[in-house]
Amino acid sequence: MSKLKIYVPRDAAALAVDAEKVAEAVMAEAKIREIEVELVRNGSRGMLWLEPMVEIERDGVRHAFGPVTPHDVRALFDADWGSHALALGPTEEIEWMKRQTRLTFARVGVIDPLSLDAYEAHGGLKGLRRALEMTGAAMIDEMKESGLRGRGGAGFPTGIKWDTVRLAEANQKYIVANADEGDSGTFADRMLMEGDPFSLIEGMAIAGICVGATRGYIYLRSEYPEAIHTMNEAIRIARARGVLGASVLGSAFAYDMEVRVGAGAYVCGEETSLLNSLEGKRGVVRAKPPLPALEGFLGKPTVVNNIISLGTVPVIFEKGAAHYRDFGLGRSRGTIPIQIAGNVKFGGLFETAFGTSLGALVDEIGGGTETGRPVKAVQVGGPLGAYFPRSKFDTPFGYEEFDGEGGLIGHAGVVVFDDTADMLGMARFAMEFCAVESCGKCTPCRIGAVRGVETVDRIARGDTSAIPLLTDLCDTMKDSSLCALGGFTPYPVMSALTHFPDDFHANAKEAAE
Amino acid sequence: MPTPPAPADLEGRLGAILADHATFEGPLLPILHAVQAEWGYVPPEALPIIAEGLNISRAEVHGVVSFYHDFREEPAGRHMLKICRAEACQARGGQGIEAAAKARLGVDWHGTSSKGGVTLEPVYCLGLCANGPAMMLDGRVVARVDEARLKSLLEEVDA
Repeated sequence: MSKLKIYVPRDAAALAVDAEKVAEAVMAEAKIREIEVELVRNGSRGMLWLEPMVEIERDGVRHAFGPVTPHDVRALFDADWGSHALALGPTEEIEWMKRQTRLTFARVGVIDPLSLDAYEAHGGLKGLRRALEMTGAAMIDEMKESGLRGRGGAGFPTGIKWDTVRLAEANQKYIVANADEGDSGTFADRMLMEGDPFSLIEGMAIAGICVGATRGYIYLRSEYPEAIHTMNEAIRIARARGVLGASVLGSAFAYDMEVRVGAGAYVCGEETSLLNSLEGKRGVVRAKPPLPALEGFLGKPTVVNNIISLGTVPVIFEKGAAHYRDFGLGRSRGTIPIQIAGNVKFGGLFETAFGTSLGALVDEIGGGTETGRPVKAVQVGGPLGAYFPRSKFDTPFGYEEFDGEGGLIGHAGVVVFDDTADMLGMARFAMEFCAVESCGKCTPCRIGAVRGVETVDRIARGDTSAIPLLTDLCDTMKDSSLCALGGFTPYPVMSALTHFPDDFHANAKEAAE
Repeated sequence: MPTPPAPADLEGRLGAILADHATFEGPLLPILHAVQAEWGYVPPEALPIIAEGLNISRAEVHGVVSFYHDFREEPAGRHMLKICRAEACQARGGQGIEAAAKARLGVDWHGTSSKGGVTLEPVYCLGLCANGPAMMLDGRVVARVDEARLKSLLEEVDA
């Protein structure tokens, strides 16, 4: 009998729901039945409500089963991995997969993340090989033409940032990958690092060769132990195979990199505070200018890019800028890996061209709430993102489109709440979070967030005269904070107040009281 | 509870950690992570030695240790339970799990239970936002936590 190829994900979202025990059960059951199994530990396909999702390969086609518990494994073998209640059919035919355009996440969930051979067999390193034949200026043109903008949320054109670093004169330049993915509702960076780490390595190597940087760092948050482990292993393999080192793929270019682990500070996702942290200092925000592109890590010119931005670089160079640019809407070009999370029936990672409406993401793709209750609000873009009511569900997913509606797409996390959500409580939480995580450098954030919690508490006690005070405080924080933590905390607070006023008047007392 | 390291032990081990990081650019965070991995917290006695090794002031080292949520200035319990408080977990009933954990352990945030020695810490996002409520017990991530699962996990660590 030929070997049975079985895939059990090693993504943290699968491990957190007992994927390890499922893998053990598969191997134990195979041994009892004397069936030879080739077990592949892949990343996650992104259908997180189905995790652990097990796949078997039959005649070159992968068939999915999920969510699988260790107790289901025996019955799945009994059914010869065919007709079974957990059978989902060929993975690629599942509606959730068919509706996506996977460019950045093309390999995630498909390959063993630590197999460089599998990576190459699926298009990996083609972009880097092409880049090695190009001049720095031509690479910048390619990046600019692709239209890629910073996927951390700021949306700054990546090609322009790279060009600033490329043209700077210095004896040392750096590439820094921002993997401090602290926004609630986001996990795309984690999934990419755990599911296709070589794409990040390749993207960073291309960036290094383009701008003349020979060293790179991934600043990776400590809350992601699996990603830290996988990234470190991948770097070790890439170095051993000559992808990294004194001669990248045998070329005249040198590039090497390492992982640096954060220490639980949300504000370190802000690029200047990240650089201070990387230097071994308190993660306090720096004033700009100077731009990190000119004076970044240790005062040297530094590219600081998000993981998804860097992880998208290889496919741009592999398939050409035009291929990437031709997807999208308006000034938001290419695809965006949207993370659908919170109280939603079908949560996970959905990569699609810019332009899908928020309502389609929540109702059609996400399938509405898991609790079955009506959707009350959707927070887009992490803890600094606005709460959108159903009346704004026709907003298309794009940088300018969300900005025009008083929100932001941020790192493209979408968190769904049902009608039991207390929006005053969520506004309070936004202020509390800002107070806990403030770096303390600027007054509007450091003190404003504390006063914000107190003011929301006054409103909660029925003192509606504090509402104008909260609005005024938000204006001050928005206009005069140094970075997005203090500057954007007003987004969730004010959107909650504007769109859900009833929650702020629930205990309103008579003025005479 | 871990006992504070003996001075000779501390200096020897710390010297080795500093030597391991001699070529690092920006070595302080990796050093502090290594120190915490060794003793479970950053012993105050270590600060002047690290400061001298890196040629920075003791105040600078203290500033960094106190800035980051991860670094502990005193030992934690035998086990560390971090529960996600962020919005996506709240949307999936996280506050109920927070309350259940506090009640069962008999502590508030940052406290250590008398039974089992479990230190309870908040965490803001483990990246398991579609499968919340999520938590991390001694470095192991757990998702889709309900009260029954919380109970069995805490029983595993005798709390």
